[in-house]
Amino acid sequence: MFDTAMTAKDFWMLVQGAGMTLLVTAISVAIGSVLGVIFGIFRFQAGPWWAAPVTFVLDICRSVPLLIQLSLAFAFVTVVLKLRVSGFAVACGVLSLYTAAYCSEIVRGAMEAVPPNTRRAARSLGMSWAQDMRYIAMPLASRVALPSWIGLALGVMKDSALVYVVQVTELMKSTKDLITRLNEPLFLLLLCGVFYFVISFPVARFGAWLEKRWSND
Amino acid sequence: MIEIEKVRKSFGPLEVLKGIDLTVAKGEVLTVIGGSGSGKSTLLTCINGLEPIDSGRILVDGVEVHAKSTNLNKLREKIGIVFQQWNAFPHLTVLENVMLAPRKVLGRAKDEAEAEAVKQLKHVGLGEKLSVYPARLSGGQQQRMAIARALAMGPSYMLFDEVTSALDPMLVGEVLDTLRMLASEGMTMICVTHEMKFAREVSDRVAFFHQGIMAEIAAPEELFGAPKTAELQKFLAATH
Repeated sequence: MFDTAMTAKDFWMLVQGAGMTLLVTAISVAIGSVLGVIFGIFRFQAGPWWAAPVTFVLDICRSVPLLIQLSLAFAFVTVVLKLRVSGFAVACGVLSLYTAAYCSEIVRGAMEAVPPNTRRAARSLGMSWAQDMRYIAMPLASRVALPSWIGLALGVMKDSALVYVVQVTELMKSTKDLITRLNEPLFLLLLCGVFYFVISFPVARFGAWLEKRWSND
Repeated sequence: MIEIEKVRKSFGPLEVLKGIDLTVAKGEVLTVIGGSGSGKSTLLTCINGLEPIDSGRILVDGVEVHAKSTNLNKLREKIGIVFQQWNAFPHLTVLENVMLAPRKVLGRAKDEAEAEAVKQLKHVGLGEKLSVYPARLSGGQQQRMAIARALAMGPSYMLFDEVTSALDPMLVGEVLDTLRMLASEGMTMICVTHEMKFAREVSDRVAFFHQGIMAEIAAPEELFGAPKTAELQKFLAATH
């Protein structure tokens, strides 16, 4: 199985695929997290009744399989709206919303975990809502949210394997292409798995490091 | 001066304050006693505007707390409040806990805020704990930190809401000593408490609340020595 016909150029193709996976993930997690924080705080602040429309849309993003969302979004943007948009942009857009949907849930839960009395104490010292948010509520909520958020980022990295349906050649697609050509599925899948591990592991370790740094006792 | 006029307040169908009239003069130490649900803690949270009221009005130095035009954040700068649960900011060190509001709310420079915070923390006996996180402090120490945090804002009034009720009996003394010290320094204070001995010692006046009504108010010797109402007699008999 290790006797391979793979060339350096093929290997480079995998490296490029991994780079694309990282790029799509980084963009989606960045945009998705910002949106997730906004939606999450809105939903926490507005209460379930007023936040219902936002919650409903985000629930759709969480419930419909990503593969279907990608295909439909691409078709909608290119065929119905007749926009000349790359598959890459559609992939980032859909994955961002998908990340935002999960992230808003994490943020809402984390905000609910901040003891109301601690915030009351902040307000009683004369802090405004925004100051309480900035210096007390958000720092405390981010400690609660961090492990789930790292899990989400790692999840999105693997889910990004599906963006091949909109013609984005990321790590999984590169691997499949090579498998078709070289006909060495086990070796190539093993190698692909190693690549995913190499790009995920630092994120996981970074999360653990941050969690330790933020534990104030 | 704090002036409370005909204040009524309900939580849903439950009326917890049924028309309270009370004036607290500058430099006075008033303690409020009474059973649970008598409305005494609610009154404190109404004074600094954390809770809205249904009718009546509360004036602090002539400013109506619940008027729409009142800047509550501004008003709260001069009303310190310390709660039963000390509510430390767990992600900040003791020093940062005390410095935060003076820096962000009063806009103090870092050195100035730090010097003031250190002074207040030494004052309550926490001079050795500046760089420690609250999780490493005992309940009594956390409560003293909360007092220093409120004092660092330079308030004219201090409200204490059963500040020793959640503490281990061993730690009650150190917090009460801090309150005694403040009282002797001339701070205007309203203390809701269950510590009768403390109330007797430090108060200029003691108010007894019963089911949302201020049933009696008098100097401590008079109130404890010759309770007029049957409710207070019963309450005192039960707490002694």
